[in-house]
Amino acid sequence: MLTYILKRILSVIPVLFLVSVFVFLMLRLTPGDPAAILAGDNATPETLERIRDAMGLNEPLLTQYVKWIGGILHGDFGTSLISSVPVLDLVSQRVGPSISLAVLTIIIAICVAIPMGVIAAWKHRTWVDYLVMSFSVLGFSVPVFLVGYVLLLIFSVKLGWLPPQGFKPLSAGIAPFMERAILPALTLASIYIALIARMTRAAMLDVLNEDYIRTARAKGVGDRRLLFVHALKNAAVPIATIVGAGFALLISGVVVTETIFNIPGIGRLTVDAVLARDYPVIQALILLTATLYVAVNLLIDLSYSLFDPRIRY
Amino acid sequence: MNTSRSAADKPLTLRLLSQISPSHTGFGPFIAAIMLLAVVLVTIFSPWIATHDPLAMDPLMRLKPPSEEHILGTDGFGRDLFSRMVLGGRISLLIGLCAAVVALGFGILIGLVAGYFRIADAIIMRAMDALMAMPSILIAIALVALNGPSIGSVIMAITIPEVPRVVRLVRSVVLTAREEPYVEAALALGSSTPKILFQHLLPNTMAPMIVQGTYIVASAILTEALLSFLGAGISTEIPTWGNIMAEGRQYFRINPGIILWPGLLLTICVLSINLIGDAARDALDPRMKKREA
Amino acid sequence: MNRPLTISLKTGVFASVLALAAGGALAETTVTAVMHSDLRVLDPIITTAHITRDHGYMIYDVLLAEDAQFNIQPQMAEVAASDDGLTYTFTLREGLKFHDGAPVTGEDVVASLQRWGKRDTGGQMIMDVTESIEAPDEKTIVWKLKEPFGPFLATVGKQSGVPPFIMPKRIAETPADQAIQEHIGSGPFKFVPEEFQPGVGVTYTKNEDYVPRSEPASGYAGGKVVNVDKVQWVTMSDSQTAVNALQSGDIDLIESMPVDLIPLLEGDDTVVVEKRAEYGFQTMGRMNFKYPPFDNPQIRKAALMAMSQEPVLAALTGSPEYYKVCGAIFGCGTPFENTTGTETLVAKGDPAGAKKLLEEAGYDGTPVVLMQPTDGPTLKAQPVVAAQQLRDAGFTVDMQPMDWQTLVTRRASMDPPAQGGWNMFFTNWQISEIASPINNVMLNGRGDQAWFGWPDDPEMEKLRQEFIDAKTPEEQKAVTDKIQAHAIGVVNYVPLGEYNFPQARRAVLTDMAPTAVPVFWGLKKTEE
Repeated sequence: MLTYILKRILSVIPVLFLVSVFVFLMLRLTPGDPAAILAGDNATPETLERIRDAMGLNEPLLTQYVKWIGGILHGDFGTSLISSVPVLDLVSQRVGPSISLAVLTIIIAICVAIPMGVIAAWKHRTWVDYLVMSFSVLGFSVPVFLVGYVLLLIFSVKLGWLPPQGFKPLSAGIAPFMERAILPALTLASIYIALIARMTRAAMLDVLNEDYIRTARAKGVGDRRLLFVHALKNAAVPIATIVGAGFALLISGVVVTETIFNIPGIGRLTVDAVLARDYPVIQALILLTATLYVAVNLLIDLSYSLFDPRIRY
Repeated sequence: MNTSRSAADKPLTLRLLSQISPSHTGFGPFIAAIMLLAVVLVTIFSPWIATHDPLAMDPLMRLKPPSEEHILGTDGFGRDLFSRMVLGGRISLLIGLCAAVVALGFGILIGLVAGYFRIADAIIMRAMDALMAMPSILIAIALVALNGPSIGSVIMAITIPEVPRVVRLVRSVVLTAREEPYVEAALALGSSTPKILFQHLLPNTMAPMIVQGTYIVASAILTEALLSFLGAGISTEIPTWGNIMAEGRQYFRINPGIILWPGLLLTICVLSINLIGDAARDALDPRMKKREA
Repeated sequence: MNRPLTISLKTGVFASVLALAAGGALAETTVTAVMHSDLRVLDPIITTAHITRDHGYMIYDVLLAEDAQFNIQPQMAEVAASDDGLTYTFTLREGLKFHDGAPVTGEDVVASLQRWGKRDTGGQMIMDVTESIEAPDEKTIVWKLKEPFGPFLATVGKQSGVPPFIMPKRIAETPADQAIQEHIGSGPFKFVPEEFQPGVGVTYTKNEDYVPRSEPASGYAGGKVVNVDKVQWVTMSDSQTAVNALQSGDIDLIESMPVDLIPLLEGDDTVVVEKRAEYGFQTMGRMNFKYPPFDNPQIRKAALMAMSQEPVLAALTGSPEYYKVCGAIFGCGTPFENTTGTETLVAKGDPAGAKKLLEEAGYDGTPVVLMQPTDGPTLKAQPVVAAQQLRDAGFTVDMQPMDWQTLVTRRASMDPPAQGGWNMFFTNWQISEIASPINNVMLNGRGDQAWFGWPDDPEMEKLRQEFIDAKTPEEQKAVTDKIQAHAIGVVNYVPLGEYNFPQARRAVLTDMAPTAVPVFWGLKKTEE
C-alpha cells in the first residue's frame, strides 16, 4: 500500500514537468507583448525594447525557463509583469473565494444529486426516473452562463431577494456569505448535479442487482437502509471517480460564474492575466490548477480502497 | 464488436447497464433526431430562411424590440437578430463538427501509436496526462487570445483539450484488441505494421469513436459559446451562437432575447446530439460510460 | 482580585463609548466606485493609461494645475518667469508632506520632473530645449531653458496623458522604463498597498496631513478638500453587473455608464445619471503611412471620403444625446477648433466620390488590414462600422479581431501588414489630450519617431515649430488653422466625432467636481 502511494506520488512529477513545459512554450511562442501593455499608448519602439529588456523577455527561452523553474523550486513564482505584485500574493488573495465557491458547489451537488440518482435507480423506468434523466441530460446541454443569467434575472433583478454580485468571505458570517454565494454555487452546481446524478443512478442499478442486495432484501432489510447504506456504499467508487473527473468541469465553471457574479477568484484572475499577457501569473495559475487536479485525482484513486474493501494495493 | 464476449462474461450486469441510458425512455432518441434534423435543416437553408443580411448594419436602428420587420429585434449594431441566429447556428455546428473530426483524427493516430508501440506509450501517455491536467477552458482561452480569434484558432483551442480523452480511449481499445487471436495471427504471418494498425486495430476503435465524436460535437458547440462569452471568441463579422450571446450580455436586462433565443436553440441542438450519442452508445457498445476520465 | 475587575469594567465602558461615537457622528464614509477600467499599472509616468493617470491624481500632487477655465494656476508651487522667457523659478508652498511624513523638497521635484521629461511627449519637447533643472534650496526649483518655449506653463501644468506628478526623490530615480515599486505621493489621498488587488480593486484613505490651498477648488486647481474617509475603486466584469450593484447600493458611482443601459435606471430616484464634464472624448482612426494602400495620399483621401461619423458614433454610444459629429482635430468647443476639410465626414460621407478617387489612384484591391479590438466597450464598434463604410466605397477590407492588448502590441509593429503589421486602427482620446499641437501626438511627423502609423511629414513639423514660436493666442490660432487644413489634407488621421459617456451616481453622493478626470476631492456622501 505504502509503496503504491509513493509510486503514485512520484508519477506526478513527470506530468507536472510536462505541464510546465507546455505552458511555457505556449506563452512564449505566440504573439503578444506585456511590455506594450505596461507602456500604454504613446510608447515608442525604443522604449518598448528597453522595457522588454528590463522584464527579461529578451533572454533566450531556455534561460527564462530555467530561471522560472528554479524560482518555483525555491517557492518563488515570480512577480506580475503588469502590476509588479508577487504572483503568490495575487494568487493567495484570490484563492479563498474560488475554493469556498467550489466547496459549496460540491456540497450542494452531492446533497441534491445522490438522492436524485438513488431514487431514479429505485424507481427505475418510472416517470421519476425519466424526469431525473431528462434533467441530467439537460444539465449537460445548457451553457453555464445561461443558467447564471436566468437565475440572476429571477432572484436578483425581478424578485430582489439576493444581491446581484460580489463576494463576502465566510469569516464575515454565514448569512452574508450565503447571500452572495448561493446563486453562483447553484449556477455551477447545475452541470455537476447532472453528472453525479447520472453516475449515481448507473452505479446503483448495477449494485442493486448484485446477489448480496437481493439477499439483504430477502432478509427483510428496510428499503431506505438498503438503498442508502448497503447499496450506496458499494456504488461509492464510481461516484467518487466522477466527482474527481468533474473537477476539471468545475474549474471551467468557476471561470464563468466568477465573471457573471463578479467574484474576485482565481478564474477571473487567469482570464485577466491571459488578456494582459502577464506570463508569470498565467504560468503559475495553470501549474497550480494542474497540480490541484492531479492531487484530487490521486486522492480519489487512493480513497477507492476506503470505499471498496475489495480493492487493495 | 466485443459485445458477445462481454455478454458471456456478465450477462446480468450488461443487461442492466444497457438499460441505464435515457434512450430507453422510448421515443427519446427519435424525438432528438427530429429536433436535430430540424436545427440542421434550418442552418443549412439559413440563407433562404434569414429575413435580412445578417451582416448588414444600421447603427441608427440598434437594439430595437421585436417587430414585424425584425422578428426578434435588432442587436447593438442594428443587425437583424433572427437572421444572425439562423446563420450563427451554421457556424457553431460547423465548428463543432470540425473540432470533433480533428480531435478524433489526432486522437486515433496518437492512440494507435501509443497502444501499439510500448516505447512510445509511456512518453505519449505522460504528455496526455499533462494535457488533461491543464484546465481545458483556460488553455482554450489562452490559445485563442494568443493566436487571435479566427475560426481556425477557436477550433484548435477546442480540439487540443479533447485529444487526450480520445487517445486514452483508442489506446485502451488497441491494448485489448492486440491480444486478440486474429491480430496475433497477423503478426505471426509478418503483416506490416501499418497494415496491422490500420486494417486490424483501427476498425475496433470505430464504434467507441462514433459515440465519442457525438459528445465532442456537443461539447465543442458549448465551448465555442463559453469562449465567446469570456471574450475569446470569433469576430462579430461571423455570427455564431456564442458571440451573439456574448454581445447580448450587456443588453440582457433590456432585451433578454438576445441571449435566450440563441441559448434555447443551442440547448436544443446540444441536447439532441447528447441524446443521440447516448443512443449510439447503447447500440454500438453498451459498456462505454459517458466521458470516461 | 477587585482591582483588575474595576479596570476591565472601566475599559469596557470606555470602549463602548468609543463604539457609540464611531457609530454616530464619526461614522466612516466610504465611497465605492466602478471606474472605466481596472487599475493594474500603478506608475503614472510609465504609462498613458487613463486609469493610471486617475490613480495619479488621487495620491500625487502637481506643481501647477489647470482650473475650470483652462488657466494654469499654482498648486504646490508659485512660479515666476524671467523676462527673456528662459528661466522659470518655482517656490514650493508651506506644509507639503509626503505620505511617509517626509517634507517635499526641491530635490524631489527635480527628480520627478526629470523622469517625467523622459516619458511625456510635451515633456520631451521641453527637455530638448532645457539647459538645467536645479534645486538651490529646499523650497526652490530653477528651470533654465536654452531657447524660449512658448507653451511652457501650459505643458507643465496641463491635465493630459502624463501629468508631472511629484514623488519622493528615491522613487523618482527609478529608470523611466521600469515601473516604480513604492506608491507615495503628497496628494490628498493615500494608497493602501495591502488592499491593492489588480483585477479586484484598490483602496485610498484620506490623507489627514494634507494641507489644501485656501482658494476654492476649480478644475484641477484650488483647494483639494477631502470630505470622505475612504475611496474604493472596484472592478466589475461588465457594465450590466455594475448597474445591478448601483441599484442594490453596493456601489456609489459608475464613472462611465453605457448609454444603452440608462433606461434601466429611469424612474429610480436614488440614482442620478448625468454628464460629468463638458468635454468628452474624440474617437479617431489612424492609417499606416508605411505600407500600401495607405502609403498613397490619394487612397487615404478616398478612405476619408468613404467615412461618415454619425453611424460610427451611433453604434458606439447609442443616443444622440451623448455624441456630436465634429470634424475639428483639436476638438469642438476648444480654443483651436477648426473644421476645414471635414464636410463629407460630418455629413453622409461620399462613397461615390471615394470610389472615383480610388479608381484614379489605381487602387489594386490590396486588402486593408483593419485591427478590431473585441473587448473594451468604447473600442469595439468603430472598426466594425468603418469596415462596412470602406467596403461600400470599394475597398477590400480584412478585419482582424483581437483583444485590445494584442492590438496595442501589434500597432507598434513596423512590419508589412501581411507579416504581423497593420493598415488601420481606432482609438479614443480625451479632448484635453488632443486640444493643442503639443499634446496631440498623432500630429508628430517625424517618421519612425512619430506615433503609430509613422507619417514622415516635414511640413507638419514646420507648422508645429511655428506653434511653439507663436507669441500670442491669435498667432497660435492662425497656426492651428493651418495645421487642421494640412492634417486633413494629408489625412494624418480621421477624426470620427466626439462622445461623452455619462456617469451614474447614487443620490447620496453630492458636490462632485465637473472635471474630465474623475477627482474625489470636494465630493460629499450623505448618510442614509
